[in-house]
Amino acid sequence: MIEVCDLEKSFGVRQALRGVSFSVGEGELLALVGPNGAGKTTLQRILAALSKPGGGSVRVAGFDPVVDAQEVRRRVGFLSHRPLLYEDLSGEENLLFYGRMYGVANLSQRTTSLLARAGLANRRDDLVRTYSRGMKQRLAIARALLHDPAVLLLDEPYAGLDRRAAERLDAALSDPVVTLGGRPRTVLMTTYNLEHGLSHSGRVAFLVAGTIAHETGDEDRHPDRTRELYEAALAGQGER
Amino acid sequence: MQSLRGLWAIVRKDLALERRSQEAVSSMFIFGLLVILVFSFSLDLRAESAVQAAPGVLWVAFTFAGMLGLSRSFIRERDQGCLDGLLLCPVDRSVIYFGKLVSNLVFMFVCEAIILPLFVALFNLPFRPALLAVVVLGTLGFAAVGTLFSALTVHTRAREVMLPVLLFPVVMPVIIAAVRLTAGLLDGSPWAEIMQWMRLLVGFDVIFLALCYMCFEYVVEE
Amino acid sequence: MRLRRIIPGHLLTIVSALFMAVALVFTFLIAPREAVMGDVQRIFYFHVAAAWTGYLALVVAFLASVLCLTRGPGRWDGLALSSVEIGLVFVTEGIVSGSIWAKAAWGVWWTWDPRLTTSAVLWLIYASYLTLRKAVQEESRRARIAAVYAVMGFAAVPINFMAIRWWRTVHPVVLESSGLHLGPTMLATLVLSVVAFTLLYFTLLRLRLRLQDAGDRIESLMRCPGGVS
Repeated sequence: MIEVCDLEKSFGVRQALRGVSFSVGEGELLALVGPNGAGKTTLQRILAALSKPGGGSVRVAGFDPVVDAQEVRRRVGFLSHRPLLYEDLSGEENLLFYGRMYGVANLSQRTTSLLARAGLANRRDDLVRTYSRGMKQRLAIARALLHDPAVLLLDEPYAGLDRRAAERLDAALSDPVVTLGGRPRTVLMTTYNLEHGLSHSGRVAFLVAGTIAHETGDEDRHPDRTRELYEAALAGQGER
Repeated sequence: MQSLRGLWAIVRKDLALERRSQEAVSSMFIFGLLVILVFSFSLDLRAESAVQAAPGVLWVAFTFAGMLGLSRSFIRERDQGCLDGLLLCPVDRSVIYFGKLVSNLVFMFVCEAIILPLFVALFNLPFRPALLAVVVLGTLGFAAVGTLFSALTVHTRAREVMLPVLLFPVVMPVIIAAVRLTAGLLDGSPWAEIMQWMRLLVGFDVIFLALCYMCFEYVVEE
Repeated sequence: MRLRRIIPGHLLTIVSALFMAVALVFTFLIAPREAVMGDVQRIFYFHVAAAWTGYLALVVAFLASVLCLTRGPGRWDGLALSSVEIGLVFVTEGIVSGSIWAKAAWGVWWTWDPRLTTSAVLWLIYASYLTLRKAVQEESRRARIAAVYAVMGFAAVPINFMAIRWWRTVHPVVLESSGLHLGPTMLATLVLSVVAFTLLYFTLLRLRLRLQDAGDRIESLMRCPGGVS
């Protein structure tokens, strides 16, 4: 579902991504762990067709985000570390707006059920400005799922969440179906915190200084082993 | 058509936001009135000279007030991170441009609809229905470029100052034409005399709408 | 447009200097003294040349900007920036010399002559372009944003000229910009001046581009010392 090969991206003289290659199959979850500045957000933005790659090839849901940007956008749900919500609109109005932009069918029904699943049904008419961080995150997830995307891109989904909210997110992500539709979604999650990456059953890969430093295979599934490898990868970057 | 629905969704959203906060329209409107008042005092407009200076005063009021609304157009999106939200949607970038343009036009028209009659009354001017056409076309040209530049200045420091600096040299023909047309209509000049200005205005609108539509995606892409 | 490669070494600078010297000689010594205005009229040769070059710079900036948008920033962005910077200098020269000319010919420092006024608008567009570049915080966006503005500016200038010209017929300025009757020597001097200034523009452009290149290389070296460019 997601295929990245030798992806490069520079901002002026600064090279954010230097030859990233990995793939995520349909229904899989890959956690990309890396320190700040490793290029995680840059990578997510390219996959979401918000940014153009400098080199290499990318395929998301079978389409090239540069050539078929609309097709990719239709099939991708993006959770940014910013909520992407209008503070002066209510939760429901936010979903209705995005639903119209995505051309979602049966919009009001879908909005209602998504709000219910997010536990926001009783706050649907309140302005997003009045929501807590955790509630905004839940609404943002609902927004990302609104158009039933095949691919979910989560960039630092745990940022700013307290433990309870984080647990709720864990639960939601552990269920591979993740709300309506009934079909498996492909999930790429980026985070700076290895523990978040380990709390899911999927694979873990390390993104350090713009490249993939390691990808867990079957032999190093054990969390402790993964932690060791991650420390090594970070240390390796320090020496550079 | 999905594009039209997307465009309309953006307009609805902006109108809803405006209805909640009322930041844009009220400040634009008050500012426009202030400009007219300030000019009235500083130019010491008596009856005879009023008619001469009036068209200029009107359009300065419209453009300065319009500037306020335009600068907020994309800044509000950017501050709430919603510009990315818009760009994520599977719509052509031009849909975002036109959606924003229409919202800006609505806000400017609302202000102008209140300012214009007040202005006509204040200066005791004759009202000509053709004036409405001039206001619409002039605002259209101004807003077309202004919407694009508003998106441009989102990524700059001192955004509110940047916009007028960039905008005025480019929209000067609109202002000149609009003022001349207004003046011509107010003192009853024959149509043949002022028709060239109408052609300039329409020409500008057409050319720059096309140009801005083409350039918009380069401004928002990364 | 690899100017540096097309015109080898210092040839351009030498030719440019030569033409400028000849133009100066013609302007001050060979061209006849104008009957009505006297020697002050000689400013005309440089005024027209500077103004022309100022507009030429806009055309170059426009083309470079279009290429920047369609082909990617790279060299084109540097070219657009250089052209605007140099163009600003020439337009300033044009306006100042035009103002002196106006004072000598009609006793006023400024007339709302459409060409002079449009030059003032052009000056503002150049200045705004440079201000815009300074104000954009993200380096990666700077080239594209500036390029879009350059394109809009280029489109605006001819329309501005038309508008101002028509506006002037409504407010007829008593001081008409009279065309000079140009004898053959004067015409030759004018052509020489224009050519000299155009060559000067390209010389300065080339130098400025070299400066840009050097700056870019220093920056990239600073970021990855001993690294690949």
